Amino acid sequence: MTLRLQDVTKKFGSFTAVNQLSLEIPERQIFGFLGANGAGKTTTFRMILGLIDQTRGDISWNNGNIGYGESHLIGYLPEERGLYPKMKVKDQLVYLAKLRGMKKAEALKELEQWLERFKVPEYKNKKVEELSKGNQQKIQFISAVLHKPKLLILDEPFSGLDPVNVEMLKEAVVDLKEAGTSIVFSSHRMEHVEELCESLCILHHGSPVVHGKLKEIKKSFGKKNIRIHADFDLSFLKDASGVMKYKPLSNGCELQIEREEIAQSIFEKLQGKGFVRTFDLEEPTLNDIFIEKVGAAYE
Amino acid sequence: MNKFFIMMGHTYLNRVKSKSFVITTIIMILLITGLSNLQSIMETFGSEDKEKKVAVITENASWYQSLEQSLSTNEGITLEIYKGDLEEAKSEVEEGSYHSVVQIESGENNLPEATYYANQIANTGSSEPVRQALQQVKTQQVTQEADIESDTLQLISSPVSFELVALEKSAKTAEELNQTRGLVYIMLFFMYFAVIMYGQMISTEVATEKSSRVMEILISSVSPVSQMFAKILGIALVGLTQFSIFIIAGYLGIRSSLNNGNESLLNGLGLTDIQGSTVVYAVIFFLLGYLLFATLAATLGSLVSRLEDAQQMIAPMIMLVVAAFLIAMFGLGMPDSTFITISSYFPFFTPLIMFLRVGMLDIPLWEVGLSIGLLIVSIALLGWIGSRIYRGGVLLYGKSSSLKDLKTALQLSKKE
Repeated sequence: MTLRLQDVTKKFGSFTAVNQLSLEIPERQIFGFLGANGAGKTTTFRMILGLIDQTRGDISWNNGNIGYGESHLIGYLPEERGLYPKMKVKDQLVYLAKLRGMKKAEALKELEQWLERFKVPEYKNKKVEELSKGNQQKIQFISAVLHKPKLLILDEPFSGLDPVNVEMLKEAVVDLKEAGTSIVFSSHRMEHVEELCESLCILHHGSPVVHGKLKEIKKSFGKKNIRIHADFDLSFLKDASGVMKYKPLSNGCELQIEREEIAQSIFEKLQGKGFVRTFDLEEPTLNDIFIEKVGAAYE
Repeated sequence: MNKFFIMMGHTYLNRVKSKSFVITTIIMILLITGLSNLQSIMETFGSEDKEKKVAVITENASWYQSLEQSLSTNEGITLEIYKGDLEEAKSEVEEGSYHSVVQIESGENNLPEATYYANQIANTGSSEPVRQALQQVKTQQVTQEADIESDTLQLISSPVSFELVALEKSAKTAEELNQTRGLVYIMLFFMYFAVIMYGQMISTEVATEKSSRVMEILISSVSPVSQMFAKILGIALVGLTQFSIFIIAGYLGIRSSLNNGNESLLNGLGLTDIQGSTVVYAVIFFLLGYLLFATLAATLGSLVSRLEDAQQMIAPMIMLVVAAFLIAMFGLGMPDSTFITISSYFPFFTPLIMFLRVGMLDIPLWEVGLSIGLLIVSIALLGWIGSRIYRGGVLLYGKSSSLKDLKTALQLSKKE
């Protein structure tokens, strides 16, 4: 059950929302789908779901098209949350599950388990509008996964949740992956993406600027970070050759260097200056890569 | 198909179980029961009315006698000759010992002239019989003076016989016309209310799902087209349920009213003996009319992103219904005018106006067929365009919600 996008392009009039996007998301994988606001993520999701048609290119899943015939295999958690505010949690989830081809009895059994797992069984007979935003979020998540989809699209699934609940949902996402679901995961929280995704793609103005396995992306990015804690002034490193960025810290500095070898020369430059507490050569974070590639400063 | 029914059932149950539905239905049942028993209700109140005592001030005793004679059949009014003067009588009326006072004086040609004093003169129910009786007294006096036989007088006052006969064999007789007019009247009101009420229900239904953003989940599981028609049919079922309840309530109300020996409301509207074909046409035009306007309402509803805008969006649709209704009301008086004929072919007017023509006139079958054909074609066309707009419209969120969005919505749903 592999999801394939081949040279997918979507134009709205003269505006190109998605440009020549090619992806492959195998079974049992969480795929990170990143991009700044308005980069074309939601448009891509809508094309995958068949809600709008691509201008060019092919989208196939399991070597077929995705249409309403497959909707029982697909779960979708849209970024804009939406539930019936006046409906009870139970009725709501059962109705949405039935629309995804699930039997009522089965849906009831499953939702019981999910509510239990998310520690909110007492909300079963409450109206959604009575719940807090975080709890509504959990219900929304359940509505996306209740029918055991094979392909799951999660758009910002953890927004508005406290750290305890984020962990709870993260675990659930990993469990779903282990159970064989292909998951498209979109988030602005880079640490979540780094933690969950093996492969990812960064979209910028509709075009993929980074695409591949997380490890390889980091390796091919080339640039590394060095964190130095020292008792003396480090500002002379700002102008050292190979240093791309210099960011002073309270007890040292953080450098971004062009290549790994630069670290060697930096290390030599520190010799004899004084006591160095930390000299840490780090992999670039996804945050660095994102900012570099998308160009815009990010929270 | 299965999902279609799930959604239709959901739409239906959600509405039928809602408080607003229960409340409107109960209010309407009370109204209908009240209307169908209006006569008994009014009589109950009427019988509590006291007999009205009217003081008469006159110097001519024979006028008083004739007046009393002609009012003797009226149980609500008793006359009493008043000995005092007018001012005293007026104050007694104000105190309540008399309902009113009539002063009869002799005027020109020695004929009676009267002034009627009462606390309130808005209700002519008590002054009118007195006026009529006095008129009789006057006529009597004049004829006696002119020496006219009472037989001659009767001949003068009896109404002329004037019968209406339509020459075309198939034209409706006057009796039939009265019957269909009643039915057309009821049908016009039913359609008007149904379209406005259920049209609004559909567009709010769509707008609610859009504004709560649950739409995004719904369209990923059910195609917008089946969603749209599931809504239209779901609400149609709501309407059917509600109307059945109304009709049953009306039927029971009328039956109980008949049991009480009253003339029923049906008689008043001339609905005792309706032609079968008119009923069939009523059902056909009602259903087609509903479908047309419901499709329009769903389409318009899909374009708004906030519930508050829904009302504004369907305003043009309401205008169409109101226009059709007004034209039809005007057409009840002159169903054969050219204006009515032309407007009966305009699809949005057809359900009301073509039905009016079919009911009131004798229309060749092809004309009716043509208008029904046009109506069906426009429903199909609107359904097709509507579902495309709906498809794009439900994905469309923006601050403005105007007809400009139509273009954007169509663009979003474009197949390329």
